[in-house]
Amino acid sequence: MSSTATAHHDHDHGHDGHGHHEEQNFFLKYFWSTDHKIIAQQYMWTGIAMALIGGFLAYAFRMQLAFPGKFIPGYGYMSSLEYNAAVTNHGTIMIFWFAMPVLIAAFGNLLIPLMIGCDDMVFPRINRLSYQVFLLSSIILIASFFVEGGAFNGAWTAYPPLSANGEYNMAGMGSTMWVVAVALEFVAFLLGGINFIVTTMSSRAPGMRMWDVPIVVWMIVVASILFMASVGPLIAGAVMLVFDQNFGTFFFNPQRGGDPVLWQHLFWFFGHPEVYVVLLPAMGMSGEIIATFSRKKLFAYKTLLYTVFATGIISFFVWAHHQFIAGIDPRMANVFTVTTLIISVPIAEMCFLYIATLYGGAIRLTVPMLWGLAFVAEFLLGGVTGIFLGASGADIYFHDTYFVVAHFHYTFIPIAIIGFFMGFTYWFPKMYGKMLDETIGKIHFWITILGFNMIFIPLFFTGMWGDHRRIYNYGHFPELVKNEIMQDLRIMATVGLLIMLSAQVLFVINLIKTAMSKQENPGPNPYKANTLEWAAPSPPGHGNFAEMPTVYRGPYEYSHPDREDDYWPQHLPPDDASSKKADGEKADEKADDKKH
Amino acid sequence: MAAHAKPLATLRTAAGLPSGLLAMWWLLASEIVIFGGLLVGYIIHRNGHPEWALEAANTNTTAGAINTFVLLSSSLSAVLAHQAAQTGNGPRAARLLWLTILGAITFLVVKSFEWTHEIQHGFVLTKSGFWSFYYCAAGLHALHVIAGSIAMGFVAWDAAKGKELQRVEYAGIYWHFVDLVWIFLFPLLYIAK
Repeated sequence: MSSTATAHHDHDHGHDGHGHHEEQNFFLKYFWSTDHKIIAQQYMWTGIAMALIGGFLAYAFRMQLAFPGKFIPGYGYMSSLEYNAAVTNHGTIMIFWFAMPVLIAAFGNLLIPLMIGCDDMVFPRINRLSYQVFLLSSIILIASFFVEGGAFNGAWTAYPPLSANGEYNMAGMGSTMWVVAVALEFVAFLLGGINFIVTTMSSRAPGMRMWDVPIVVWMIVVASILFMASVGPLIAGAVMLVFDQNFGTFFFNPQRGGDPVLWQHLFWFFGHPEVYVVLLPAMGMSGEIIATFSRKKLFAYKTLLYTVFATGIISFFVWAHHQFIAGIDPRMANVFTVTTLIISVPIAEMCFLYIATLYGGAIRLTVPMLWGLAFVAEFLLGGVTGIFLGASGADIYFHDTYFVVAHFHYTFIPIAIIGFFMGFTYWFPKMYGKMLDETIGKIHFWITILGFNMIFIPLFFTGMWGDHRRIYNYGHFPELVKNEIMQDLRIMATVGLLIMLSAQVLFVINLIKTAMSKQENPGPNPYKANTLEWAAPSPPGHGNFAEMPTVYRGPYEYSHPDREDDYWPQHLPPDDASSKKADGEKADEKADDKKH
Repeated sequence: MAAHAKPLATLRTAAGLPSGLLAMWWLLASEIVIFGGLLVGYIIHRNGHPEWALEAANTNTTAGAINTFVLLSSSLSAVLAHQAAQTGNGPRAARLLWLTILGAITFLVVKSFEWTHEIQHGFVLTKSGFWSFYYCAAGLHALHVIAGSIAMGFVAWDAAKGKELQRVEYAGIYWHFVDLVWIFLFPLLYIAK
């Protein structure tokens, strides 16, 4: 990372005879590293690059919807086949190649070893392998755009028979590449997930009990377990789908005794827990941020954890609410309606606990805090509209309309986009040893939020008025254009997207400005936070900590009555209670001593 | 790059179990859901298609039974290898692991004769849904047999030199899982007619 990267290595490993690192060349350092922080960076920047591709696809198809058949600047004219490929891959990329790698893999890799106070993941080479498999999967997905027939266009849920037969979807090669890429991506996250779980179980700092683990680490671990327990059937399903596509089997072909609904079960048995797999890390990050910037103990830590466990367990019993109109037994639909409504209880509980944390706190509206609060507020809208869709009666009407599109974007954009900015801005000083510009950050925040709501609020209405999703040109459906305001709302959504996309230029400007600035290192603990990552230098060197920490208390002891400072870091020995000097500064001095 | 010392993270055991063992159990948990999904899909289909029993009548139960015996016996040598590793006898553990691998190879040889015979008689992947599941499930299992043999080869290589003896146990646990999957596959694909 920076020049401090090797500063503390001697101290940690001096005894084993590998006291110094040989100079690594650029390739070995950034592409062949086993250091969890480098792997986190790899995941993060690959994820961001994929998000740009996904965002570009969104731009292209929203322009087509707002101005059907017109020339799209930067893209050209969009055919109906390209439109389907664009929506399919937009969804696939944003979930599997942006939300997953950034929220779980990047932040999991960055935070878990730092927050539990150890030097790396428990299996560093498996960790490296995980990223390499992920990179391979990204390359295969991007390559699928350039094969004959183009990229897969059967929607991100890949329902057969459309997905199973090249004659139907006209993209035989692209479909197989899509399935292979998704399956490889799952393998990458299984490797990473096992590492996260075992690292948290095995490698915690001395003194860190189960209830001293920061909430975000808990949530990433629970998310990894959910992923691991849910993805298996879909991996089996992916094998079956590839066989159907290429070898002429008929697992999912009803003409020859197969069952297309089997795929839907296999897909959604994974697909619904997957929502919580990406939700939980974002939820955890907002918990960390809200506690830090409210200067208050996180309200009801254990209750919060129980709601996480409840969410995880219930999430395995809700999947068929995606299939209410697929011809499943109505009695089964009733059961899944009930479980779906039940799962909103622990999720609502989490939001209430965050609000309770805010209550009476000394709230500081920094940029990460704004993102953290926006996450809770916007996700609530997504959650509340989910109630309509989870009720089988209402869903028969709403199914596959833009209401659904707006609903899940109100969950996934807070999770993926807001979640990314929340974590990135909060841990930026830790990752790079500099502070981002607050003013630009706030302008960026407000314009992004404005654009986001401007896209999806109109789509709730067009959805309620009958706009079906996955339609290339509404001009072909007179009943959907006779109400003139419908097309106006579609244009409004597209304008919202343009605002949201162009706001990201501010983010890039902020990054460049910060990178060019000559500001001083803000020190290990700029926010005066408690968790262990703030005891490590910014950025942490190889081995992370100047002195491996021991844990004496829970992670959220803010504004403790026995203590003068309004924070009490986890690694501070109890007799330091009255010490006025912040521990972070001490660590900083030590780090400086080492350097000189 | 020079050989890396293991990071502190790898050496800690806050959970009270060696990390490798813990990781093996989690790996098996993920494997269980993969095979679980496939087999549940198969059972649901099988119930919906009584006519598949006619197809299943063409599987070779004798070959399946021989393979069941071979695979279960190979688990015995895996257990004995673990016992040897616990007493610190690396070379003996390695020899017993090689014996386990021999069992795996026997299993695959029997299977390849069996499949060749079936394919020659027209029972190919696309003949019917039953055969699709048959080749898919048994093939996925065979891949695990191959992967397990390769992994055991590496573990035996180290164990012969007395290194990383704890891995003998992990390999054994994985091998028992491969056995267990076969215990499900054998009645579902061969016996149920």
